[in-house]
Amino acid sequence: MTDPTIAAQADSGGSYVTALEHADGGGTGKKGKPRSLWSDAWGDLRRRPLFIIASVIILFLIVVAVFPEWFTSADPNHRDLSRSRQTPSSDALFGYDVQGQDIFARAVYGTRWSLLVGVGAAVFTVVIGAVIGLLAGYFGGAVDGFLSRVAEVFFGLPFVLGAIIILNAFRSSGVDSAFALVMMVVFALSLLSWPVAMRIMRSAAISAKQQDYVKAARALGASAWRIIFRHMLPNCLAPILVYATILLGSFIAVEATLSFLGIGLRDPAVSWGVMISDARNYIRVAPHLLLFPAGILTITVLAFVMLGDAVRDALDPKLR
Amino acid sequence: MSEAGEPILEVVDLVKHFPVRVGVLFKHTVGQVRAVDGVSFDLRRGETLGVVGESGCGKSTLAQVLMRLEPPTSGTAKFQGRDIFRMRGSELRKLRRSIQIVLQDPYTSLNPRMTVGDIIGEPFEIHPEVAPKGERATRVRELLEVVGLNPEHINRYPHQFSGGQRQRIGIARALALKPEVIICDEPVSALDVSIQAQVMNLLGDLQNEFGLSYVFIAHDLSVVRHLSDRVAVMYLGKVVEIGTEEEIYTRPTHPYTQALLSAVPVADPTLRGQRQVIRLEGDVPSPVDPPSGCRFRTRCWKAQDICAEEEPELTVRTGGQLSACHFAQEKSVVP
Amino acid sequence: MSAQSIGETEDTGVVPDAPLLEVDDLYVEFRTRDGVAKVLNGVSYHVDAGETLAVLGESGSGKSVTAQAVMGILDEPPAAVTGGEIRYHGEDLLKVSAQRRSDVRAEGIAMIFQDALSALNPVYTVGFQIEEQLRVRLGMSRQEARKRAIALLDLVRIPNAARRVRQYPHEFSGGMRQRAMIAMSLALDPEVLIADEPTTALDVTVQAQIMDLLKEIQTERRMGLILITHDLGVVAEVADRIAVMYAGRIVEYADAVSLYRRPGHPYTAALMESLPRLDLKGHELKTIKGLPPSLLAIPPGCPFHPRCAMAQDRCRTEVPAEYRLGLGRTSRCHFAEEMVGGV
Repeated sequence: MTDPTIAAQADSGGSYVTALEHADGGGTGKKGKPRSLWSDAWGDLRRRPLFIIASVIILFLIVVAVFPEWFTSADPNHRDLSRSRQTPSSDALFGYDVQGQDIFARAVYGTRWSLLVGVGAAVFTVVIGAVIGLLAGYFGGAVDGFLSRVAEVFFGLPFVLGAIIILNAFRSSGVDSAFALVMMVVFALSLLSWPVAMRIMRSAAISAKQQDYVKAARALGASAWRIIFRHMLPNCLAPILVYATILLGSFIAVEATLSFLGIGLRDPAVSWGVMISDARNYIRVAPHLLLFPAGILTITVLAFVMLGDAVRDALDPKLR
Repeated sequence: MSEAGEPILEVVDLVKHFPVRVGVLFKHTVGQVRAVDGVSFDLRRGETLGVVGESGCGKSTLAQVLMRLEPPTSGTAKFQGRDIFRMRGSELRKLRRSIQIVLQDPYTSLNPRMTVGDIIGEPFEIHPEVAPKGERATRVRELLEVVGLNPEHINRYPHQFSGGQRQRIGIARALALKPEVIICDEPVSALDVSIQAQVMNLLGDLQNEFGLSYVFIAHDLSVVRHLSDRVAVMYLGKVVEIGTEEEIYTRPTHPYTQALLSAVPVADPTLRGQRQVIRLEGDVPSPVDPPSGCRFRTRCWKAQDICAEEEPELTVRTGGQLSACHFAQEKSVVP
Repeated sequence: MSAQSIGETEDTGVVPDAPLLEVDDLYVEFRTRDGVAKVLNGVSYHVDAGETLAVLGESGSGKSVTAQAVMGILDEPPAAVTGGEIRYHGEDLLKVSAQRRSDVRAEGIAMIFQDALSALNPVYTVGFQIEEQLRVRLGMSRQEARKRAIALLDLVRIPNAARRVRQYPHEFSGGMRQRAMIAMSLALDPEVLIADEPTTALDVTVQAQIMDLLKEIQTERRMGLILITHDLGVVAEVADRIAVMYAGRIVEYADAVSLYRRPGHPYTAALMESLPRLDLKGHELKTIKGLPPSLLAIPPGCPFHPRCAMAQDRCRTEVPAEYRLGLGRTSRCHFAEEMVGGV
C-alpha cells in the first residue's frame, strides 16, 4: 500500500481535473522557455535567504582574503612583548596575543591561507573522491574492485603519520613561498581524505545506476558520459555536498594540528588554525586569544554549511 | 493488425544465463540462473505479442536482452533481417531509434532531477539527427499532447505528476524517436484500476496511429488479453505455449496455461464456487536448478515418467497454437 | 449500530451483543508540509464474527489508513485522529488506556500486510518471531512455544514445518512468507483479522492458494475478516459485504452480489467498466477521466463530481448524504436510487 502522505503529495501535483494550475506554488506551469535543473536551481537559490546570507559572508571573506590590507593597517607579524595578552581596545579590536601581535590583523591576514586550505582541500578531496566513486559505481566489476582496493590502501594510512611523511618529503625539497606551503598542505590533506568521499559517492552511484531511468537512458543509446553526468551525478550530489561542508571546517582545524606539529603552515603564512593552536594554553587567563579566531572559524564553517544545504535543497526539485 | 503481417522481429533460441558467483576476492561461478532458456518467437508488424508468466519466469530479462541492456548468452534476434546482437556503433544507434522500451515503475523510470522537457527531449540530444536543435522544444510539446498531457507542463518535474501521468511521460519518451517496436515491460501494473484503463487505451490508440508493434510483458492475464493479438506463456525461462489470443484464452492446451487462467479471480460474485479452479501446489522451482525434462512437471497433475526424461518440444499439438506439453489437450477454463 | 450501551461494565467497557468491530464516523488528518490532508472523512463500517468485509479502493482512498487507525499503528504525527470511534465489542478503543489498547491489538485484532518480507524481521528466525508473542503474552515456555509455532506453520500448510521454523524470512519464497505472516497473526487466536492487500505482491497461482487458506481459516475459527484490496476480482470471490472508498469516504456499502449486479455509485460502476476482463475480449475499456482528488484540496460537493459522467450542478455544491437503498445498502450519490432503481 502506498504511504498516504506520499500519495497525497503525488496527487497534489495533478489535483483534480480542472485545477491543474492552482496546484503548484510558483509559475512553473506558465508557458515559456524550457528550463533545466541547473537554471531552476539557480532561480530557486536566488530566492533563499539562507543562500543569500551565506553568499554574502563568503564573498566578504574572499574580499578579506584577497585584500587584507584594506581591512587593517597593522602588521600581523609585528611583535611587541610589552603588549602580550592585552584585551581588546580601540587600538586593537581583538586585543593582542602572547607574543604581542595584533589578533585582528592576524585574523584578517589569516583568512587567505585558512580559506585556501579549507576550501582547497575540501574541493580537491570531494572532486577526486566523487570522480573515482562515480567511475567505480558506474563501471562496477573489475574497475570497482581495483579502485576500491586503492581507496582502502589510502584509507588505511594513519592520518597524522601520513601527513608527516608527505609534508616532510616536500619540506626537504625546499619549498618556501606561502602559497606553495598551502598547496602542499592541501595536497597532503586531500590525498589522505578522498577515500571516504569516494565511498559515499560510490554507494550513491550504485543505487542511482540501478534506477529505471538509467535503464531508459541506456535503451535510448546514451553514452556512459551522459549517464554518469546527466543522470547519476545530480542524483548523487546531496550526500557528498553535506560531507564537503563538514570537511571544510575540519580541514581548517586539522591544519592547526599540522602547524602545531611543525609541518603545517608557518611564517609568513598566518592561519586561524595556528592562532587557535597558539591560544590553547591561555584559555583561562586570556580567553580572547581563542575566542576571536575560533569565532571567525565558526562563522566561516557555518556559512559554508548553509551554502551546502541551500545548494542541496535547490538541486532537489521535490523540496522546492 | 493483420495476421499475415511480415515479421519485424524474429527471436530464435534466445538464452540468457546469469552466473551465480561466490567469494569476495576470488569469485568463482557455482551455477547459472537460467533466466531465459531458449525462447523463440516472431513479432509481426503492427501486432501486439503479449508475454505472460509469473515472477521469475524470465519475461523481464527477455525485455532487457532484447533492448540490449544485457548481453545474451546465445541465440539471435533479427530486426528486419539483421541480428541485433551483432550490431555495433552506428548500426546499434540506429536500432535504438527503432526499438524502444516503456518500463514498469513510473516512480523510478523518470530522473527526478530532470524537467519533463529534458526527459522527453533527451532522445533528441542523443540522436541529434532526428530533430534539429530549434525544433526540439516544439517536438516535445507535440509529444506531450500525443500522450494526453498538457504541453505547458514542459518545465515541471516528475514528482509533480501522478503515477498515470508519469507513465504517459515514459511513453512519450519512448515515442520520441518514432520507433517501430516498443517493448512494454509491465507498463500498467503499478497503476490503479481507473488509471490503468486510461494508459491501456492510450497504448492501443498509439498503435493504431503510428502502426507500432508491441511486445507487451505483464503478469496480469486480463490486461494481456485486452491488448494482445498473440500471446506467449512463459514458465521458468521457457515459452510453454504460444498462439493467438483466442487460442490461448479459450482453448489452452498446456496445463500451466490452464492453471494460470483458472486462478485469475473473476469479477462476478455469482460465479463464486462454480468456476473450476486448478490449484497448483507449491512454488516455482529455482531457475538455478530447474527440473529435468518438462520444467512444469513438479507441479503438474498430468506428469508421467516421460515428462522427467524428455523435454517436450514447443510445437503444434492440437489446435493451432504451439504447446510444449507431451499431453497437450484443449480445455476451456475461462467462464 | 445495534444494541447501544445496555450493560456497560466499568473495567473493560465491553458491551454484550455489540458488533465485533465497528468503526464509527472516523476522521483522520495528515499534517504535511504542504497543508492538512483530510485522509478520512467520516468512515463507518462494522464486521461480525465469521463475516468477510472487503474494503475496496484505489491508492490514497484511505482504505489502509482506516485499518492502521483500528490497529492503533498510525504514525502520529503526522497523522491525527480528529473524530469518531473505533469500537471493539462496544468498547471505544480511542478512549482506553495504552495498555488495554495493546492487549486488544495483541489478542483481539491481528493484521497481515502486503509486503511480508518487510513485515518480518530479517534477523530473527520465523519460529522465534511467532514464539515471542506466545511467550510474552501467554507465558509459554520455550518448548511449548516451539511446539505451538510448528503447529501454526503446519496449519498454514508450510511443508516441513519442524525444519522451516528454524529458518530466516529470506529463506522463504513470497507465498511462504505470506503464510508465515498468517501463522504469526493467528498465534494469539484473534477474533478479527485485517488483511491489507495480502496477495497484491503475489503471483496469481500463489494468490489463489493464499486466499483459499485465509477463507478456510476464517470459516473454521469464525473470525471477522477485513480484506483491504484494490482487486475487484478477489473481492468478488470472497467478500460478503463490500465498502467502496473514495477520497477518504465510503461511497458505497453493499453485499457482494447486489454491488456487482447493479452498482449504486457512479464510481463503483466506472471502476467495473474500466477493468479489463479475462472472460471478455474486445470490449471497449471505459475510463474514468482525470485523477483522484488531492486530499489537500478535496473538491466541494461530491468529491467524485469532477470525474463523474452523471454530475449535475447540485453535485458541485452539495455533499451527498448516505442514501439507504434497502438490505443494508447505502450510497453517497444524489442519484443512487436511479442507479439501482433500474431506469
